[in-house]
Amino acid sequence: MRRRGVSDALYQEIILDHYKHPHGRGLREPYQAEAHHVNPTCGDEVTVRVLVKDGLVEDVSYDGAGCSISQAAASVLYELVHGRPLTDAMARHEAFLTLMSGRGQVEPDEELLADGVAFAGVARYPARVKCALLPWMAFKDATARAMAEEATAS
Amino acid sequence: MAGLGEFSVEKVRQDFPILERSVNGYPLVYLDSANTSQKPRAVLDAMTEHLERHNANVARSVHTLGTESTAAYEGARAKVAAFIGAAAPEEVVFTKNATEALNLVAYSFGQRLGPGDEIVISELEHHSNIVPWQLLCERTGATLRWFRLTDEGRLDLSTLDELVNERTRIVSIAHVSNTLGTVNPVAPVVKRAHEVGALVMLDGSQAVPHLPVDVTALGIDLLAFTGHKMLGPTGIGVLWARASVLEDLPPFLAGGSMVETVTLEGTTFLPPPARFEAGTPPIVEAVGLGAAVDYLSALGMDAVAAHERYLTTYALDALSTVDGLRIFGPTVPVDRGGTLSFELAGVHPHDVGQVLDSVGVQVRVGHHCARPTCVRFGVPAMTRASVHVYTTTDEIDALVRGLERVRKVFS
Repeated sequence: MRRRGVSDALYQEIILDHYKHPHGRGLREPYQAEAHHVNPTCGDEVTVRVLVKDGLVEDVSYDGAGCSISQAAASVLYELVHGRPLTDAMARHEAFLTLMSGRGQVEPDEELLADGVAFAGVARYPARVKCALLPWMAFKDATARAMAEEATAS
Repeated sequence: MAGLGEFSVEKVRQDFPILERSVNGYPLVYLDSANTSQKPRAVLDAMTEHLERHNANVARSVHTLGTESTAAYEGARAKVAAFIGAAAPEEVVFTKNATEALNLVAYSFGQRLGPGDEIVISELEHHSNIVPWQLLCERTGATLRWFRLTDEGRLDLSTLDELVNERTRIVSIAHVSNTLGTVNPVAPVVKRAHEVGALVMLDGSQAVPHLPVDVTALGIDLLAFTGHKMLGPTGIGVLWARASVLEDLPPFLAGGSMVETVTLEGTTFLPPPARFEAGTPPIVEAVGLGAAVDYLSALGMDAVAAHERYLTTYALDALSTVDGLRIFGPTVPVDRGGTLSFELAGVHPHDVGQVLDSVGVQVRVGHHCARPTCVRFGVPAMTRASVHVYTTTDEIDALVRGLERVRKVFS
């Protein structure tokens, strides 16, 4: 039995589209906090900035260099969290994390994750899970910093 | 034995059980031997037989099994010594891997260094031949310097006389680059280093498995390499040093098997190699490495090198037909090994490696533990295909077909 190749499972059209035509790419002002994350095994890196106002993720901007999975994940991150209530964004973060740690056994919640469901196939490739999570972990980190700053300021 | 003069890759492949398997529904095309090599049945059998029939600890038993195990372990040392042209088996120290061998020297030799002393490495080193020296310089105040690379990925020797000077204590460079495939010119470096009284160590991890390496002919002082890249098992590496150099080095790791007399006030140490082999060594791994050396010797290292030179020439030609592909390192098969790193325009190496895997082709992607090399060529990562004694031109063709597929997916 010959499989039709990994591209069917891993490189979904949605992922390749986000990679070739990224949404919301580029670092923008203003922002409250940023986080720079690196995948030391491959040298991929991403910087994510967040601007949270009145419990709303007003903007999330990013820049980086890396494989299609990490870059598409950043584009999907932007689509899923910008303009959303922070609680909503964190719920999506949680759902994406659960999907990626599910080794392909987790049924993705399409309502929460929208284009993010295309990453279900990535969860089956342990070496690539880190790529998909890179911008999401940077987002979480940047948000935590932004919240900490807000707490000190108020 | 110098080999039979008739090298048949098809015959060689029958000795490697793993080459029968398939990956993702395609025949396995293993092009990651610079990472770790596959193992012939002779190595697997030697290790199994040792564990089934002769297993005991070494160098401390009077019983029969202990004697047999010690003979097997010391026999492996003698085989390795002969394989690299060492003057005596006692010049061979077994370590965990090449990294430990390099650390041993950086630590032991490094104890005598201080401010004003210089260590010379190069821009194409594996991290294992960079970081131990950086740590040593932090501890001692010595200065780390390095050879630059030419755009073709060769050592820039134009600075040799200034770089290696009377302050230089040791020059430690790769014999063959693990990313660029470059075979470094050892002779001029040895000549200059010895003129100023410095030692020369080679990281032979990518050389000893592929080329005839004769430490006496090279005129070097120390050599580090690893077993698992030369058809042997993981968990065993080698430090060779000229007897006069080795005898002069203080201990590195301390414990049992490396001492003469221990009192609570102090300890005297055994001569090399035992001085550097504290604790129970990798016994069955040494036996496996001995079998790997026998296997390579039976093929003949000249024949192995000729086969790989042919593959390298073929691969350089074949890869040059792929649109958007850029080779890092020498593009001509002169002073060049069969490790081919490249980029495919617009496609990240991770993606290249993943699509290749989907058609059974196993390559390495990333910075290959040689980040300064990647930085030198302005890329965060590379895709690397590497050959060994069992690699065929058909497999190079499969790589090229796989790369065409990569281009299609990402077009």
